[in-house]
Amino acid sequence: MSGILIYSEVKSTFLGLLTRGRALAEALDQPLTAALLGEESAAWAGEALSHGAERVFVGDSPQLDVFQARTYADALAQVAAQAEADIILTGSTLRGRELAPRLTQKLEAGCATDVTDLAVEDRRLITQRRALGGKTLSTEARTSPKQVIAVMPKLYEAEPGGDGTGEIVEIPLELEPSATRLVESKAKPSGGVDIEAAEILIGVGRGFEKEEDLQLAQDLADALGGAVGCTRPLSYDYNWLPDDLTIGLSGKICAPRLYIALGLSGQIQHTVGIMDSDVILAINKEKSAPMFKMSDYGIVGDLYEVVPRLVEKIRGAGN
Amino acid sequence: MNIIVCMKQVVDLEQIRIKTQTREPVMEGLPVMFGDFDKCALEEAVRLKEEHGGKVTAVAAGSAKLKDTIKEALAIGADEAIILTDEAYQGSDTMGSARLLAQVIQKIGDYDLILMGDGSADDYSGEVPPRVAEILDLPQAGFAREIKVVDDALHVTRDLEAAHETIALELPALVSVSTEINTPPLPALTDILKAGRKPLHTWAPDEVGVPDKAGLDPAQIGTNASVVEVLSNLAPVQDRKEIIFEDVEEGLAEITKALESEGVLEQ
Ligand SMILES: Cc1cc2nc3c(=O)[nH]c(=O)nc-3n(C[C@H](O)[C@H](O)[C@H](O)COP(=O)(O)OP(=O)(O)OC[C@H]3O[C@@H](n4cnc5c(N)ncnc54)[C@H](O)[C@@H]3O)c2cc1C
Repeated sequence: MSGILIYSEVKSTFLGLLTRGRALAEALDQPLTAALLGEESAAWAGEALSHGAERVFVGDSPQLDVFQARTYADALAQVAAQAEADIILTGSTLRGRELAPRLTQKLEAGCATDVTDLAVEDRRLITQRRALGGKTLSTEARTSPKQVIAVMPKLYEAEPGGDGTGEIVEIPLELEPSATRLVESKAKPSGGVDIEAAEILIGVGRGFEKEEDLQLAQDLADALGGAVGCTRPLSYDYNWLPDDLTIGLSGKICAPRLYIALGLSGQIQHTVGIMDSDVILAINKEKSAPMFKMSDYGIVGDLYEVVPRLVEKIRGAGN
Repeated sequence: MNIIVCMKQVVDLEQIRIKTQTREPVMEGLPVMFGDFDKCALEEAVRLKEEHGGKVTAVAAGSAKLKDTIKEALAIGADEAIILTDEAYQGSDTMGSARLLAQVIQKIGDYDLILMGDGSADDYSGEVPPRVAEILDLPQAGFAREIKVVDDALHVTRDLEAAHETIALELPALVSVSTEINTPPLPALTDILKAGRKPLHTWAPDEVGVPDKAGLDPAQIGTNASVVEVLSNLAPVQDRKEIIFEDVEEGLAEITKALESEGVLEQ
């Protein structure tokens, strides 16, 4: 027998994958099971049942206290064996991206990471992911009987379902020492703004010369009642803004009514984060900037000149 | 500290054209290079070597053009390079690539640390580092933004969604790095000249065997061993107006008008 096993260390992703997993399990006529590893997530077992898992495997060990992909892959392989699952779905979080390929190799399976769509066609699991640096979308199937698929963390919303008659199974895990010790964990500072919820979003990029100059973007955001987000270099590299204001593949996926791109080139890893905006406006001094090709409106010009004028115009229009 | 750095030769993504009618990418005749992640991994290896001594070996698989591409790795500071360009290796999926790299690493044998980029510039699947770590049964850490040697352990600060986590790993280990870890400088002319005199080996399949271990099984690598079936690979359709103004005054006037009439400016 074969089946689908769901695992993620992030609760919303775990329940979202269970929700999607119900439909896939039905299409493949396979049982849906779930794995919960470590002390913290054991508490989600009841919700796993109410989201359609037929069996929920709960396992813990002191070796799971610090994340080490080798140990987690080992634990998950033990659960998959007991669950008799051939398809394992997990979240493409940073940990999931370490875990999924490692488990794949252990099981000699096929793998896909950063999956943006998951479907069943002709009783085969079909995945979609970005390829060629994001220029294309690759639709793939795997010929291996076993598959480990890491799905973008927020792709599926959780919805309770199934008949809720599943059972919880405690599974003893036999794990080698993880060879990994936690030295310290520092929470990242937060921007305090939920850019995913913003109706109007201003994106700032390396066209800004100094951190202080970001005030220009803030002025525009204030005039419009919007929020400011940024490209990855401004947060990860320069530390001008907190990481959680990053828009794009390694940041937030946003869909505002209006997105205004200021001094950013429009690399695909950024623009995947604003692709679903209703209207996109770009200001860039290079006419050849790729951002213009993804925009409804654009002004070729120096942001230091254009943005203050735009703020004036908007303030004027508001009066 | 002996460090092995695995690098992938990729095409210059900036130069990929998309056929307007079919949305297919045109892949022929593109220049090749190493991705930024891989160069950061190499730069980090060079930095660690300068601090702690040892040797840096670059390993790369790819087309025959690697003979030229690899010079950049030697110029950045690898002491030696092994390239894998045989026809038998071509068309490997991530599983085949991982098997090949793991075999080569085992043959090199004497290592404390394996460094790689978090993902290749083209596919960014990030599959190869964890797969290689699994084959070699090594502890791993990904998304590293800082690496330090503290006593006998390697302290790696890795990126998580909401935290930076520092862990101590026992060596040998495999670490993959993100681009924030360093900024590889452009090699100086003298380094480029020196690169030509550094040892460069091309290993054929029969040289990749490991004594007392099973050799490289040709059935396990290359196109035939691939389990991934690509059903389509097309550029998504962009549906934007692309109304671009080169005159700032006109642009400001027209755009504010358009945004108002589209209702996006009202609150
Ligand atoms: C795996 C991976 C994940 C990534 N994830 C993300 C992600 O989530 N988010 C993200 O943003 N990036 C991400 N990146 C990085 C991404 O590829 C780009 O490097 C980045 O988005 C570029 O940032 P930028 O547009 O600010 O800078 P640049 O590309 O340097 O662009 C700056 C732009 O500003 C313009 N400019 C300069 N001065 C002015 C001026 N005075 N007035 C007007 N315009 C001006 C220039 O013409 C240029 O177009 C990722 C990369 C990889 C490989």
